[in-house]
Amino acid sequence: MPPPGGGRAGQGPLRSRGSRRPPGPPPPPRAASPSPASLAARPPAGPAGSRSVLALVTLLSFASRFHRLPEPPHVCWDETHFGKMGSYYINRTFFFDVHPPLGKMLIGLAGYLSGYDGTFPFQKPGDRYEQHNYMGMRGFCAFLGSCLVPFAYLTVLELSKSLPAALLTACILIFDTGCITLSQYILLDPILMFFLMGAVLSMVKCNACADRPFSASWWFWLSLTGVNLAGAMGVKFVGLFVVLFVGLNTICDLWDLLGNLSLSLVMFGKHLLARVLCLILLPLALYTTMFAVHFTVLNKSGPGDGFFSSAFQSQLIGNNLHNVSVPEHLAYGSVITMKNLRMAGGYLHSHWHLYPEGVGARQQQVTAYLHKDLNNLWIIKKHDSDTDLSDPSSPVEFVSHGDIIRLEHKETSRNLHSHQHEAPLTRKHFQVTGYGINGTGDSNDFWRIEVVGRKPGKLIKVLRSQVRLTHVATGCLLGSSGKTLPKWGWEQVEVTCTPYLKDTPNSLWNFEDHINPKLPNISLDVLKPSFAEILLESHMVMIRGNSGLKPKDNEVTSKPWHWPINYQGLRFSGVNETDYRVYLLGNPVVWWLNLFTIGLYLLTAVSTAVALKRGVQLSSELKELSRVVLHGGGQIALGWLLHYLPFFMMGRVLYFHHYFPAMLFSSMLTGITWDTLLKFFAGFLSPSTAARRVYGGGILALVLLIMYSFYLFHPLSYGMIGPMASDPSSPMAGLRWMDSWEF
Amino acid sequence: MATRPAAFLLRLTSHPAARHRLLGAEEGAGEGGEVSSGSAPGAAAASPWGRGRAPAAPTAPFGRTFDRMLGFLKNPVVVTAEINVNLVVLTVMGLISRLWGLSYPRAVVFDEVYYGQFVSLYMKRIFFVDDSGPPFGHMLLALGGYLGGFDGNFLWNRIGAEYSMNVPVWSLRLLPALAGALCIPLAYQILVELQFSHCAALGGALLILLENSLITQSRFMLLESILIFFILLAVLSYLKFYNLQRHSSFSASWWVWLLLTGVACSCAVGVKYMGLFTYMLLLAIAGLHFWHMLGNQNLSNVSLLCHFLARGLALIIIPMAMYLSFFYVHLTLLYRSGPHDQIMTSAFQASLEGGLARITQGQPLEVAYGSQITLRNVLGKPMQCWLHSHTNTYPIRYENGRGSSHQQQVTCYPFKDVNNWWIVKDPGMQQLVVSNPPRPVRHGHIVQLVHGITTRYLNTHDVAAPLSPHSQEVSCYIDYNVSMPAQNLWRVEIVNRESDTDVWKTILSEVRFVHVNTSAVLKLSGASLPEWGYRQLEVVGEKLSKGYHQSMVWNVEEHRYGKSQEQKEREVELHSPTQMDISKNLSFMAKFTELQWKMLTLKNEDTEHKYSSSALDWITMDTNIAYWLHPTSGAQIHLLGNALTWASANVAAVVYVCLSLWYLVRRRRKIYDIPEDAWQLWVLAGEICVGGWAVNYLPFFLMEKTLFLYHYLPALTFQILLIPIVLQHLSNYLCRSLLPKTMFRALIVAWFSSVYLVYSTFSPVTYGEPSLSVAELKDLRWKDSWNILIRKQ
Repeated sequence: MPPPGGGRAGQGPLRSRGSRRPPGPPPPPRAASPSPASLAARPPAGPAGSRSVLALVTLLSFASRFHRLPEPPHVCWDETHFGKMGSYYINRTFFFDVHPPLGKMLIGLAGYLSGYDGTFPFQKPGDRYEQHNYMGMRGFCAFLGSCLVPFAYLTVLELSKSLPAALLTACILIFDTGCITLSQYILLDPILMFFLMGAVLSMVKCNACADRPFSASWWFWLSLTGVNLAGAMGVKFVGLFVVLFVGLNTICDLWDLLGNLSLSLVMFGKHLLARVLCLILLPLALYTTMFAVHFTVLNKSGPGDGFFSSAFQSQLIGNNLHNVSVPEHLAYGSVITMKNLRMAGGYLHSHWHLYPEGVGARQQQVTAYLHKDLNNLWIIKKHDSDTDLSDPSSPVEFVSHGDIIRLEHKETSRNLHSHQHEAPLTRKHFQVTGYGINGTGDSNDFWRIEVVGRKPGKLIKVLRSQVRLTHVATGCLLGSSGKTLPKWGWEQVEVTCTPYLKDTPNSLWNFEDHINPKLPNISLDVLKPSFAEILLESHMVMIRGNSGLKPKDNEVTSKPWHWPINYQGLRFSGVNETDYRVYLLGNPVVWWLNLFTIGLYLLTAVSTAVALKRGVQLSSELKELSRVVLHGGGQIALGWLLHYLPFFMMGRVLYFHHYFPAMLFSSMLTGITWDTLLKFFAGFLSPSTAARRVYGGGILALVLLIMYSFYLFHPLSYGMIGPMASDPSSPMAGLRWMDSWEF
Repeated sequence: MATRPAAFLLRLTSHPAARHRLLGAEEGAGEGGEVSSGSAPGAAAASPWGRGRAPAAPTAPFGRTFDRMLGFLKNPVVVTAEINVNLVVLTVMGLISRLWGLSYPRAVVFDEVYYGQFVSLYMKRIFFVDDSGPPFGHMLLALGGYLGGFDGNFLWNRIGAEYSMNVPVWSLRLLPALAGALCIPLAYQILVELQFSHCAALGGALLILLENSLITQSRFMLLESILIFFILLAVLSYLKFYNLQRHSSFSASWWVWLLLTGVACSCAVGVKYMGLFTYMLLLAIAGLHFWHMLGNQNLSNVSLLCHFLARGLALIIIPMAMYLSFFYVHLTLLYRSGPHDQIMTSAFQASLEGGLARITQGQPLEVAYGSQITLRNVLGKPMQCWLHSHTNTYPIRYENGRGSSHQQQVTCYPFKDVNNWWIVKDPGMQQLVVSNPPRPVRHGHIVQLVHGITTRYLNTHDVAAPLSPHSQEVSCYIDYNVSMPAQNLWRVEIVNRESDTDVWKTILSEVRFVHVNTSAVLKLSGASLPEWGYRQLEVVGEKLSKGYHQSMVWNVEEHRYGKSQEQKEREVELHSPTQMDISKNLSFMAKFTELQWKMLTLKNEDTEHKYSSSALDWITMDTNIAYWLHPTSGAQIHLLGNALTWASANVAAVVYVCLSLWYLVRRRRKIYDIPEDAWQLWVLAGEICVGGWAVNYLPFFLMEKTLFLYHYLPALTFQILLIPIVLQHLSNYLCRSLLPKTMFRALIVAWFSSVYLVYSTFSPVTYGEPSLSVAELKDLRWKDSWNILIRKQ
């Protein structure tokens, strides 16, 4: 406890060295003045106290998240995706999603353990669950969501060593309607945030163990950080930001160790190795394992097949490529199908219909078609001879890299043809048509076949070779633009000949079916892609899928600057007055307090840093406070920046809920900043009792404010029934503070 | 003041190092008169960067300075010119290399076809919008045209087209070429200011001189060389300022260089947005240097504040003001309506001479009950269009089997048409004319919109729209007596209102129409209807309107007060042009904000180009751009760099980074390999050169626009400057004894001659002459990925 104060009024704790104050009496000894941080120096409440507060906070957190969890008993918002994907795991059906698999696997596991049988279709939001057991999955998400509060509490406690700061943070998170809503449904976000906060907490704990490196607890927290990093990355790619956060922290840490000359280089090497082991190798191993489990569990053909390459599809039970055997090398006379390598690219296709009047030459249409069909079959012929190659006696001649070939459509006997007419949709490309009668066309039917990255003369493999077809006369490349043709083209995908000679997946093809009775069939298992290839491919597909989520023109999308000001929420359930409505929106008081605090923190941090740089003498309590502001607060502020700024550079569709990880950091920053500022200003008051009263009162006022605002806004998460807020008889009347809120 | 005879001092020194020493001695003497740049004719180009420094005592009190300023009354004016012959020679060589045969080829080369249009439009004072960058660069190019007497009459339609006689090719290309030539002395000066030897500086300047890609890019009507010039100027001025900082803060030359930094930065940003990267870098460096100053306890708080304010003024306020002034000049110059008018709002269009202004001149301002109006969608995407209806109805069943209300179609039509006219009607009254006095419509009023020609009411109801089934169909109501009542009441919401009682104004007000029964909002969906709808754009009622989007906002463009109650008369009235008189003027800031916003949000659809490349190709120069090909002979111009310089620059960057890391780690362990001041210089040189390279290169990995090799040139310039820095450092600190030093020098000489050799090998495709034979061209194709045009025999 600090000694009772007998300090002088008006004597601030700051004393600048360069200031021209008349030389007065020497500053009173520290013990004599009630300096602000004497409040901090007081052990806030022993470990027992902090533990009981922790228990209370955890209890409140669980209570708030589990309250009315089964409501509404129908599919809400993105549950339709993630619930469905959980079912896919239970049914072992292969699917495709733009996020890594861990989150959905855990949802599936929770469903499986709680007795959900994977039969509910999760077709669209609003479908009733009826007898299906969905509580296991929701409960699992709510459980992880509830853990965020104690995690944040412990993190702040560790960084600021101040119980009130931790309490304030915990309050903010417990009573934020947004965090509650987001934790109550079958979504990836609670899982992501759980791992994210877990990583932050274990990193902070590990830093606190820095004085006894290589102790058991040090190893525990360090490896736990690694595990959590793997978890965060495994749920969503935004986990990358927390990896970056921990990475930066580790680099700083190592840099400090390097500057410590009492540490030998061997010891430094040990430190370095320990971190490489726990923060790089361990997460990588876990991350890979996750994918291994994912691909082992999902072994049946399903809706995700089309996104993957033919070689991959051959691994899935039920896919038509599974366990088939085809000749390995392409030969003249073979009947083949060609698949475009762009994601969800179709098969090269043609049919009797002609291009309509005014769209290039009136010749037969050539398109890309996503489904298997007899019209996808083509015959490979030599460009110069039209001998009937189906004659069993003629010798087999293989097609090799660099050959000039002709592709004849099997059903219509027209040749794949291109000429300098503009393509139907992509005006800068050339039109591709089917031309000629019974295989006789002209020199515009000749194509040079080349394999990517292969020398001339090599044979061409089914499934594995990536092939480009160059039109001999014009030098353009056969490609699929990915644009959908209008009605006349049966809404199939446009095929063009592109004059831009670049190897994009759009202009690369592979051979999928291959029929040639003269060649021996081999099982596709020989061509089985290795795990590393599968891993790489699935990442490519995910990244492309992510960047493919572009907003359309004329579509209202959420912008990153909307988020911190709580500009607009998301409708989770219900539209009309009679519906049970849930609206994801942060508690405005909390969010605006957070926003204001970020500015306040910036001001505090800059003035503290300048004061230190100017060599202002600080008392030891103030030094401690400034350390909390610059070091602890700085870490959290960095976390906020890392989880927020990158969204400004993303081209994909963004949603409000993307801000929640950043919001966690922002809430922790609020706790630390207000606690520090209150301590600082209370320190100017002379009797220490008054100082303590002001400090305690300030914290209490903030907590009460937050609780009251939660009382006002709790129907946002726990459901609103009845008239809309614009109606004065609604319970939410008068609370629609911004026109953009839709409840 | 020392009296000296009015003299013209010309010091010719052959050895740079000797010259350096000499200059040092001169400064040490500290007694010279005011050194002003000379009136010597030959020195004009070089002297502004001459090392003429006012050798004043650093702490001269103001009184003495004033005394000195009046000194010329007592003593004869003394002009001392110092000419650094290195600089002069470099400048002359630069001018020769960039200006030689400038008007060849007399044909449109590459992007000249793009910038040329804008020059023509400047000459004709016609308004345009270009999203590629701010207008300063375009204006500089246009200045060339203006000085050459260009009348703007040339059709810029095709690369390779011959210029007609009225195009002053030489003067159009002069400014970029001059800027490119002046980059060479600037590079020299930057290296000198970084405290590297004159020998290193000379080497760096020569590398820039012999860089084929920079030569090609400077010789045509393109912006990159101007951009690089301003970037280098900004860096040089900052370095001059920083070096003056130590001993003469707030002196006149200190101010000059500080202000010049800001001005050059804003010019760079004004030429291309890419300039922002270097501006940010300099701001960061200035911030860092100021942070170090904060730690200096000898400076008082007040003087620190002064320093801070001076930097804020010069590096932030002035650039912003300059940037605004570019737009001011741009908007003042271009006052006629032109090809890009439709992108802008009606209010902006009305401020241009001709075009919309001619139509809207003299319209009544306030929309009243009975007004006849046309409603334009504010978004302007996919094209500008007006709310439209015609007698055709929606088909009973669409192709996909869904049904419609079969009522009259409402669309958005991209052309002026009599069917675009609507009449604002008060639901409570029958009359369709404006009463006297007119009753204006205000925010929140409920109106009906009557289609002028068919007199049907704008209506929406719970029927799915033809192409956007989640939204409501909008129709003009026809009563089929099928228990589908008319729902034709709309609430007018003025989006940009100042108060809730604002009057609905022509052109200025942006209005949403909220349907009273269903609270759907009238919206342009952007989809175009099939044949039955004549491919016009679909208009829907958006039920789940999420916030503000321009596709839901409309404004009145043409407007008149309706006078005829009878339908026949009204049709005649609708066909007649509008009249009456009021003029609306937008303030400069409003115009600037709109134009800037449009420039930043304008999206160009087509992103494919034969010579586009990815940022990764640039480091290794895996790509080139064919700029021009002679129609008959094989002569051609390519953007191709000096391969050896590019490779060496990469090596230098790698060496720099590795060495720095090595030093950094060793210093952390308290092992100091090089003296402290050498380390400081090394760090500063890295901040400028590696930093300059990184900020001008790395952001391209995040960009989604079409990228070309020439985007790399600013980064390359910085990277080239790094070569002499690394070389000198290596020779100073790693070759300690005489023998390796000599060998090192010999190596450098050999390497330099190979750089020259590569330059001269590629100079035929840099200058476009002489034309090469097919075999020679094939020999030039050092990399398979290069696209050298070889004519088929």
